[in-house]
Amino acid sequence: MLHTTPLLFSLAVFAISLVAGVFGSLVGVGGGIIVVPALTLLMGVDIRFAIGASIVAVIATSSGAAASYVRERIANLRVAMFLETSTAVGAIAGALLAHHVPKNALYILFGIVLIYTAWSMSRSRKNVRPARPDPLADRLRLHGSYYDAAEGKTVEYRVSRTKLGLATSLLAGLNSGLLGVGGGAIKVPVMNLFMGMPLKACTATSNFMIGVTAAASATVYLLRGDVLPFVAAPVAAGVLIGATGGAKLLARLKGGVIRTLFVGLLIVTAVQMLWKGFHTP
Amino acid sequence: MSQPHHDQLPPPSRAERVELVISNLLRWGVFASLLLLVIGSVISFAFSGRYGHAPGDTDALITAAGAFPAHDVGWLIDGLRHGRGQAIIVLGLFLLILTPLLRVVVSIVAFTIERDWAFVGITAIVLVLLTISFLIGGAS
Repeated sequence: MLHTTPLLFSLAVFAISLVAGVFGSLVGVGGGIIVVPALTLLMGVDIRFAIGASIVAVIATSSGAAASYVRERIANLRVAMFLETSTAVGAIAGALLAHHVPKNALYILFGIVLIYTAWSMSRSRKNVRPARPDPLADRLRLHGSYYDAAEGKTVEYRVSRTKLGLATSLLAGLNSGLLGVGGGAIKVPVMNLFMGMPLKACTATSNFMIGVTAAASATVYLLRGDVLPFVAAPVAAGVLIGATGGAKLLARLKGGVIRTLFVGLLIVTAVQMLWKGFHTP
Repeated sequence: MSQPHHDQLPPPSRAERVELVISNLLRWGVFASLLLLVIGSVISFAFSGRYGHAPGDTDALITAAGAFPAHDVGWLIDGLRHGRGQAIIVLGLFLLILTPLLRVVVSIVAFTIERDWAFVGITAIVLVLLTISFLIGGAS
């Protein structure tokens, strides 16, 4: 654990958060996977305040990145709002059930699901289900297109299996409500593997969604006093700047790079979940 | 709908204008909160005795015992009136948290202008659900 002056502490946390912001904006997650361990293990921050800062980081990632993604139309706002309905229902149900469910089993189950997801995503060219006619997606005009700077062309895509997407988003929301983990790790594979969206569109759309989901709980954390200004300020500032930069990077990176980063994230998260499953009393 | 690049675009459709409004809202929200966070931090380091210069001062700032003096609205308003660094930071954090909620509200307005009633409904449902989850979180 580092033992430093307040100024050095702020600078170190700012630097870590910068990295978390770039990473989170590229793969569509909130960066809590970096911020929480860094604050608790490395900087000695109380877990309560680390979680408070990480929920701020989720919003900062989302807003920092989404500003670019929405303008460049990589994020699909209509899919985001559509899936957000069932994610939010799941999250509310999960929060209500959280005290009545054996967490160990859930952590282990979630860990296994993530490993399977990592495997599917790593060979997802084969696993993405072929598009098929979807009247609901047509009626809601969910299909999208964006300009891909890395490929130098406009990518058009059709969205299918919206009902399956809606159902699995419910489970993703339920899971985040129960275990308090961000849903990005599930949202991205759902959109990519089931609904047939290109990976960049998935991470950008997930980025847009996680901020909306986190806003309600962040307000609660702030009012409860879990968000320390001293800790949250360098986290938020670092993540905001990092995510804005990461968003500019996403358009230029090849899909394969994003995929590799995302699979790495899934494996690390899976190991964390399994570890918690076997060590939570 | 092909979109080669920003400079050679056809005049934006209504849907594209909506996205532009949301994107600009996000930009300004992000910029304003970042500015408040930086100003608040600079003031805290320059003038607040609480931030200090010794390694021991950090411990007092990050453990439950020393932590945050107050976090109610009265403290915030009082702090802002006196230009206290931590109050300015909290205002910046509030603005940051409010941005995604504003995003949803603006979307409802935008979809209404577009007369896209299905999405007015969907977005309104999202807003109601967020309110519910906020109330549940506050109660527990």
